[in-house]
Amino acid sequence: MNEIFTKSNVLFMLDGLRLTLFISVFTIILSIIAGTLLAVIRNYGKGPLLPLVKIVGAYIEFFRCTPNILWIFFFRFIIPGNVLTKEILAFTLFTSAVMAEIIRGGLNGIPHGQFEAALSQGFNFPQMLRYIILPQTYKKIIPSVLSQMITVIKDTAYLKAVDIAELSRNTDIVMGRAVTAGEIMSLFAFLAATYFIICFILSVAVRTYQKRISV
Amino acid sequence: MTKLFSIRRWMQLFGDFDQFLAGMRTTLIVALLGLLIALALGILFGVLSSVKIKILPWIARIYVEFFQNTPLVVQVFFYSFGLPFIGVRIPDLMVGILGVGLYHGAYIAEVVRSGIEAVPKGQVEAAESQGFGHIQVMGYIVLPQTLKITLPPLTNQAMNLVKNTSVLAMIAGMDIMYYAKSWAGNNGFFYQGYLSAGLLYFILCFPLTKLTAWLEQKAKQVPSQKKINNGMEADV
Repeated sequence: MNEIFTKSNVLFMLDGLRLTLFISVFTIILSIIAGTLLAVIRNYGKGPLLPLVKIVGAYIEFFRCTPNILWIFFFRFIIPGNVLTKEILAFTLFTSAVMAEIIRGGLNGIPHGQFEAALSQGFNFPQMLRYIILPQTYKKIIPSVLSQMITVIKDTAYLKAVDIAELSRNTDIVMGRAVTAGEIMSLFAFLAATYFIICFILSVAVRTYQKRISV
Repeated sequence: MTKLFSIRRWMQLFGDFDQFLAGMRTTLIVALLGLLIALALGILFGVLSSVKIKILPWIARIYVEFFQNTPLVVQVFFYSFGLPFIGVRIPDLMVGILGVGLYHGAYIAEVVRSGIEAVPKGQVEAAESQGFGHIQVMGYIVLPQTLKITLPPLTNQAMNLVKNTSVLAMIAGMDIMYYAKSWAGNNGFFYQGYLSAGLLYFILCFPLTKLTAWLEQKAKQVPSQKKINNGMEADV
């Protein structure tokens, strides 16, 4: 039954895992950067920035309300360029909408006194964000960001639809070489277990961190 | 950009719009039935994780962890492609319903569990001292009180469930995303196909996010004191 788990097959699938993790980490990092920008504009934009605030709001709502797979296909078929780059961009596009809301939640949780204290010390707005507000915000949102990381890792499985060589797609190809039902089943078990181990470790980290904060 | 604003392409889209509506029908059926299954499983396993008999919370835990920590795509692919190998064939529509139902049931179970844990222990003890059984305590005392804090995350789950029905497109499940993809691919009108699919999902999901925000706002408010009319004023 385990004839399907040859060295080359296993390495091939683990190669896919490497790409899955690469896409996920890259997406999360880019989304934190873009999400911070979006959150700051949506939260503190005023005066001449007001139209931009509206646009950012619409962007966040629209991407939160449409399925990821839609943007995966959209980028695959409409935007020219390297498929992997395009798909990381697509992932960043909808993940930063979620990330913006996470960061906004963190920003809203910072006590008002922190802002006043920073301004009274002569910090200007960007300095206040950079040195006082954002460091505290990032610390607060670590659990939510890790949860989002789990979501992104799971969602990368959609990428097999556009033939990116991530874990699910590579396992699919190995399944094509399988002969018996037992081999198919053990490949499914392998696939589920691999995702499970990574996501479960992350979810334990989320819970541990949440407990530490709430104590 | 000329492709995006081509009138001919948009006219063709309106001509073929019945395909999108057929997809919308599938998406709605899968979302509604999936939500029912998710709610049933979520309440069942949420309650089980707060039961004192030790093995039951463990079963609930395993269900929640397994379904939350593996991709929906893999689960759905297993139902539609894996199960036939061991002689179980499920129709595509059912795969969608079961897929999102089982997946979101795990999330709803966590929502229900944390709701139950938020109800003070004294409430349960008081009810038990009045002779309520465990099921009665849950049904009459605990679960109704959890509604206020569980409703916002529940509507949020409903929104995610609607979005996740699009996983059906991966197995040619005749939903909005499937029709959009095939229509766009057949005609080569990708902007028109995907943007209208996006609009249809937006129409389904946006009201749910508004509802979530409204319920969150409601849950934060301290309830105003109710005027108790016990007939006293009439006497005076």
